[in-house]
Amino acid sequence: MDLLRFAAVGSVDDGKSTLIGRLLFDTRQLFDDQMEAVAAASAKRGVGEMDLSFVTDGLRAEREQGITIDVAYRYAATPKRKFIIADCPGHVQYTRNMATGASTADLALVVIDVSHGLREQTRRHACIAALLGVKQFVVCVNKMDLVKWDKEAFDRIAAEMESLAARLGVSSVTLIPVSALIGDNVVERSHAASWYDGPSVREALEDAPVGSWASTSDQSAQSASRLPVQWVLRRPGGGRSYAGMVNGAPLRVGDTVAVLPEGKKSTITNIAGLRGPLEVATVGLSVSVDLADDLDVSRGDLLATFDAAPEVVTRFDATVCWFAETPLEPGTRLRVKHTTRVTPARVLSIRDRLDVNHLRFDSASQLVSNDIGVVEIETATPLAVDSYSNDRITGSFVLIDEATYATVAACMVGWPALGEAPEGHEHP
Amino acid sequence: MQHDKLAEMTQAPSRGVDHLELLESHAVFVIREVAAESERPVLLFSGGKDSAVLLHLAVKAFLPAKLPFPIMHVDTGHNFPEVIEFRDRWVDELGERLIVAKVQDSIDKGRVVDPGPGGSRNRLQTTTLLDAINENGFDACFGGARRDEDKARAKERVLSFRDGFGQWDPKRQRPELWQLYQGKVRPGEHLRAFPLSDWTELDIWQYIKRESIPLPTIYFAHRRQIVERDAMLLALSDWVSPHGDEVVREELVRFRTVGDATCTGAVASSATTIEEIIAEVSTSRISERGATRADDRFSETAMEDRKREGYF
Repeated sequence: MDLLRFAAVGSVDDGKSTLIGRLLFDTRQLFDDQMEAVAAASAKRGVGEMDLSFVTDGLRAEREQGITIDVAYRYAATPKRKFIIADCPGHVQYTRNMATGASTADLALVVIDVSHGLREQTRRHACIAALLGVKQFVVCVNKMDLVKWDKEAFDRIAAEMESLAARLGVSSVTLIPVSALIGDNVVERSHAASWYDGPSVREALEDAPVGSWASTSDQSAQSASRLPVQWVLRRPGGGRSYAGMVNGAPLRVGDTVAVLPEGKKSTITNIAGLRGPLEVATVGLSVSVDLADDLDVSRGDLLATFDAAPEVVTRFDATVCWFAETPLEPGTRLRVKHTTRVTPARVLSIRDRLDVNHLRFDSASQLVSNDIGVVEIETATPLAVDSYSNDRITGSFVLIDEATYATVAACMVGWPALGEAPEGHEHP
Repeated sequence: MQHDKLAEMTQAPSRGVDHLELLESHAVFVIREVAAESERPVLLFSGGKDSAVLLHLAVKAFLPAKLPFPIMHVDTGHNFPEVIEFRDRWVDELGERLIVAKVQDSIDKGRVVDPGPGGSRNRLQTTTLLDAINENGFDACFGGARRDEDKARAKERVLSFRDGFGQWDPKRQRPELWQLYQGKVRPGEHLRAFPLSDWTELDIWQYIKRESIPLPTIYFAHRRQIVERDAMLLALSDWVSPHGDEVVREELVRFRTVGDATCTGAVASSATTIEEIIAEVSTSRISERGATRADDRFSETAMEDRKREGYF
């Protein structure tokens, strides 16, 4: 059975958690004791018989304030497929948690309150999801019952969202009028909006194409294998195997690979999967491989298809979602974790800051918390990087604070690919 | 997950790489990553099904070599003897190193107060665990917790940061992007690593079946003397005896989880094979912890509260 990972995103109070709760409730994914617990918690707080947001808002502080603070992961299955659901927080101060949930999603479930339309936070989330490589949006225009299923209100938001998605390079957008509170168009199609004849949210999620989040959105572009070395296994009687997870494209016995960043060439002579030897190792499998030549290969090195190897760089531009309270400025020293390698790094310059409301780049001297921008980075040791649009594993890295070791930024190699902007300056 | 139809769907033959293989590969990736980045990791092992799967995966991650870390059992002293027998036999077969951190030792040292006969030592484990982490200088502990177990666990990262007091702060979790598991901590702080985060109870059982992973016998239906207490079936033992007018019955039961014997309930079941257990789990209307754990019923946020203190 296939698996779809999706993240619910959008602004605070637009109804993400209630929608996820409704989806789980109406597809009978909740256990009896869990439903009793939600009912008891609702009664205790005087929020009606069954506040479905409590299905995922499980923390004390979340229920107290009626908000989502951190991502909740839920697991569901319908007869068609399995789902891993990340219910993300809407507040701007928890953008880092939203990015956490969206970074491994195949699809974004964007929730918009029909009365508010697209808010800055909706745009920020849509933008971050698209930058992270999520190219399918299912957009739920929520609380339609409160505007008496007004088609014009829905159409206005739909048009705005479609134009935003086009700018962000989102290839598939499904727009659905819903009431998460009542359940209209969530699991079953409802008659409430006679003018709507599209799918319910469940149907849209069941029919969306799946793919591992770790492969690129453009499957036809997949021709290069990557294996970041995690661990060197020493075989009894001599010899070494290199353990790691395959990404990019399947790895085969007989493939010629480059060992990066050094660049030495060798051939894969053996692949051990977790269930025995393999001729071909599929993307997403943890394996260990043997090489024909006795080379110096360590954790942090990358085995890559020789003819389509990534660039080896120490200075490069990257799109950065900055999460720390302190600003990111030229000269800031940090650590980079890229695949399995950690290396000291510094920011050489801030190229641009992205204005999420207008999707245009403005020049900036620093990035503050929750800003998205493009920076030039220099690393102490060379990294073998792909552009993020080509490979979500070798094209991504995080920045780590040198004092606290906290993760302070999500970064993607290269500039974001944005569609035509009506105004503002374009990136090169 | 507990769809009636799911039981038959799970029997369908898989093509190519199925979701269990991806879960397995992801878990092994996490184990290798944490082992590589931590100075002194340890694998927490209770003898339950989740830690059995975890240990099995850890062994696979480093074959043909031995585990690059020891195994630690936090022992409440309120054990099902079958579980201890299972633990010792398996660890012995593997030839790995086992550390047993005993709650009784924490009681004897005056670190915690014995709740007395019949009282649960579940919460006391936190002190024993944190003391053992300190004494051994562990900076990363692998655990078998799953996000589908509980609403607080559903919020937790795969690599979960603990401060110098062992506390989990759900408001200040580190971002965890892609598969860039980043486990660097300062001295005194540590990580909990949960490679099974995305596994469901059903995934665990399907994997146990596929890999023929050994389990304690109490997971399978057997006849046992029980009393019904707080709507749970508690097994009679050295620590559990009938209160007042409670009636002792012999019933066909099995355990759905393994924990402190004083607060882990049995479920009525006739499932004697893994196939039968999978069928039972697929159609159950009660969650795993809801059916079997008295310690989660103390308050609405019992698990969150324990986790904040440093619990598993």
